[in-house]
Amino acid sequence: MAQIPLLLIQTAFIIALAPLVSGFIRKLKDILRMRRGASIFQPYYNFAKLLKKDEVVSRNSSWIFAAAPVVVLASSVAACLLLPVSGIRVSAGVMGDMLALFFILALGRFFLALAGLDTASAFGGMGSSREMFISSILEPAAFVSLFVLSMNCGSTAAAALAGTQALRASTVVAGAAFFMVVLAETSRIPVDNRETHLELTMVHEAMVLEYSGRPLALIELAGHIKQAVLFVILGWFFFPAAAGFSWRALAFFAGMSVTGLAIALIEISLAKMRLFRVVDFGSFAFFIALLAAVFASMGM
Amino acid sequence: MTTFFPQQLFYLDPLAIFFLAVIGLVSLPSAVFSVGYLRSESPARRALAWVLFLAFALSMCLVVVSGNLFSFLVFWELMSLFSYFLVVFDHTHEKSVRAGTVYFVMTHIGTALIMAAFLILYAQAGSFDFTAVKQAASAMPGSARNIVFLLLFLGFAAKAGVAPLHIWLPLAHPQAPSHISSMMSGVMIKIAVYGMARFFILCLGTGPAWWGGCILAFAVVSCLIGVIYALMDHDLKRLLAYHSVENIGIILLGVGAAMFFTSKGMPAEAALALCAGLYHLINHALFKALLFLCSGSVVKATGIRDMEKMGGLIKVMPWTAGFFLVGAMGISALPPLNGFVSEWLMFQSFFAGIINSFGGVKLYMVLCAAALALTSGLAAACFVKAFGITFLALPRSRRAQDAHEVSLSMKLGMGFLAAMVVLFGVGAGVVFPLIMRVAQETLGIPGGPVALPTRLLAVAPVGQASISPFLMTAVLGLTALAAFIWFRFVSRRKKSTYNTWDCGYYDLDSRNEYTATAFSKKFRFAFSFFLLPYRKVDKIRESFYHVRSFTYETHTTAVFEKHIYKPLLGLIYGMALRMRKLQPGSINLYILYIFLALVILIGITGVLNP
Repeated sequence: MAQIPLLLIQTAFIIALAPLVSGFIRKLKDILRMRRGASIFQPYYNFAKLLKKDEVVSRNSSWIFAAAPVVVLASSVAACLLLPVSGIRVSAGVMGDMLALFFILALGRFFLALAGLDTASAFGGMGSSREMFISSILEPAAFVSLFVLSMNCGSTAAAALAGTQALRASTVVAGAAFFMVVLAETSRIPVDNRETHLELTMVHEAMVLEYSGRPLALIELAGHIKQAVLFVILGWFFFPAAAGFSWRALAFFAGMSVTGLAIALIEISLAKMRLFRVVDFGSFAFFIALLAAVFASMGM
Repeated sequence: MTTFFPQQLFYLDPLAIFFLAVIGLVSLPSAVFSVGYLRSESPARRALAWVLFLAFALSMCLVVVSGNLFSFLVFWELMSLFSYFLVVFDHTHEKSVRAGTVYFVMTHIGTALIMAAFLILYAQAGSFDFTAVKQAASAMPGSARNIVFLLLFLGFAAKAGVAPLHIWLPLAHPQAPSHISSMMSGVMIKIAVYGMARFFILCLGTGPAWWGGCILAFAVVSCLIGVIYALMDHDLKRLLAYHSVENIGIILLGVGAAMFFTSKGMPAEAALALCAGLYHLINHALFKALLFLCSGSVVKATGIRDMEKMGGLIKVMPWTAGFFLVGAMGISALPPLNGFVSEWLMFQSFFAGIINSFGGVKLYMVLCAAALALTSGLAAACFVKAFGITFLALPRSRRAQDAHEVSLSMKLGMGFLAAMVVLFGVGAGVVFPLIMRVAQETLGIPGGPVALPTRLLAVAPVGQASISPFLMTAVLGLTALAAFIWFRFVSRRKKSTYNTWDCGYYDLDSRNEYTATAFSKKFRFAFSFFLLPYRKVDKIRESFYHVRSFTYETHTTAVFEKHIYKPLLGLIYGMALRMRKLQPGSINLYILYIFLALVILIGITGVLNP
């Protein structure tokens, strides 16, 4: 019970920090492309701007369209509560473990995909269908890589995964697979491209095309939070937290910034794949994860 | 002592009581639903439907409480027959009759295998009673046990709709009236799982590791094939039937893993796996019955089953849409509903198996978990399609546009099941210890009294890992409420309604919507190695440049029908044709046959008793 205020502070911290991660990646990309670019705080400005705007709703839509942004935000916040950020290390472990976190994120995705279909626009349906396709193709890789990490920690509970552990070969290999999952789940190149609004290539953006004003602000915030959550988990694969608050905090920030840098590098140097090649991408990630499982079962 | 007449008529143990609960939980709302659903039938047919429904439900109850092989088989057969009559209830439809025939044949192949296994058991035990059979089974030689296992497994698998013996299921379940579909998919196929649990775990013992491994392999194949075919199907009821193939796979993952773990000496993990399987069994009974009842409402209101002609029903049938959404969320394993709890438990049991075993076993469990992950992802995609195309956006046909909400009794039936889907999720902390106790009793593990629900109704089967759907509901609800209050009361903004963005076209209509076929295109492509899709394009041209009409069809190849069942049928047919030559109708030849048979028989007796 005494941990509840601490937990709320930690969650507020991640939520407040989440847009900055997106801004950081965008700024890195701009620097690498020799552009001046927008400020690192641009996602916050966008959020504030959207909150002030009026909203236009399609006349074809139903209550699903109105409810989806709220459900998406709620699922991201709930996922956040499950996460012990290495510095403070408290989480609502009773509420769920790391597998439950993925189920909770699936709740938000499900509603967003329904909302995409709700407006009777071909773009929305296209986005929903693609989003569900990509996420389901990457699901095995996500679960197997999490399993490998959990095998090395002895439990799927967040507290065990974020705790002190040694760096192992199998964990690092599983981390590579999980990184591919993160690329897909956060709508990054080569799976999706957040910067495009070209009708035929967008995935996530197509799904939320009809949103405007405050619901859009909520969806974007939820996206930032989900991204931060996944980055934190990815950090556990590569930066085993040592004892002590400061080391843990360091591991946390190292995880966030190295992941951000890696994603920025990938995004400027690769082109977006054709949608059907996501199958190859997903199966590749799965086989890497399986390889990690082989390593882990050999005790490596 | 050989006794033909069984002494043990009924046998009630926790497993039987659990299945009685499942039958009751589904039969009651289905019966209530049928009041409104059958209103348009003539009184005589309504009476017939009621009699068959009750006889069907009663025969399932009697199968479950049977205390001996003989009555088990009799009630099993009655259950099959009553359900056959219900499948062909709409006997004027050629499709129903055909589906009924396929069902009838498949189910009797299964029954024949089960009967063969029972005869072997009877020969060993000298009695039909479960207790006697159980004693004799433990003394049976290994090879006989293996044969009995294979016969029983194939027999029950045919009834459960395990792939590749599933072909009758997507034909028969959708063809029955919807409240019967819900009974068949929700309960009847589970009775086969009851048979497996009863005869494998409680009677033969869990056996060598390959028994469990074999069930796991079939389960994985069933999961994936079921969900992939479901994605391709746009007939609302057939889609649900394919999901039954998938979910029976998930349930068997639990049963198979339980047997596998027991043979490896891991009783705690086995109990968890069986508990996950049984939990998923009751969950699937609830949400699949709910979804079939909802689809029944849709069919009743629109008269069509093809999703491509639906759409926009959420506006005209808000209750049905809401209930269907609850069922869809349940089956897609979304927290905090019931499907999430059982799939999470299944993952945890695999994980416990991985942690406490060695080498190849670990990898086998990882592969099973990966298959479950893929299945659950694809199932979510499929239900986005099913709900989105059927209920959302604009109506795609006149019939969908003119639909009306169904009557009160139908809403009550659906509402009860929807409430159960929510309760079995949010109240998982209460349900889990009860089902765990059933699993422990079934596996013969001393479990002590039923554990009390823990703090925050959490489910924490192993180690630190825990979920509390109750707490999740609170967190999700509070966050959503905060956002709602903020938007509605604290700071309001103008909200205007306008057309959907249409790239500058005017008058966007339902033809611009995404269709179910388009939605599943990616999946058709990704699994093309198995689905073998092909298309037919037909163009009628006025000239090279101007095409007057254009038809486009896309189909997938029914692999099992084409490569297993068709050749098999051809073989049987060919054999029958050749056998016909033995019977040319000449009486002289028949007398010769009789004479030859007599000579051979005398010869054999002469050799055996010199």
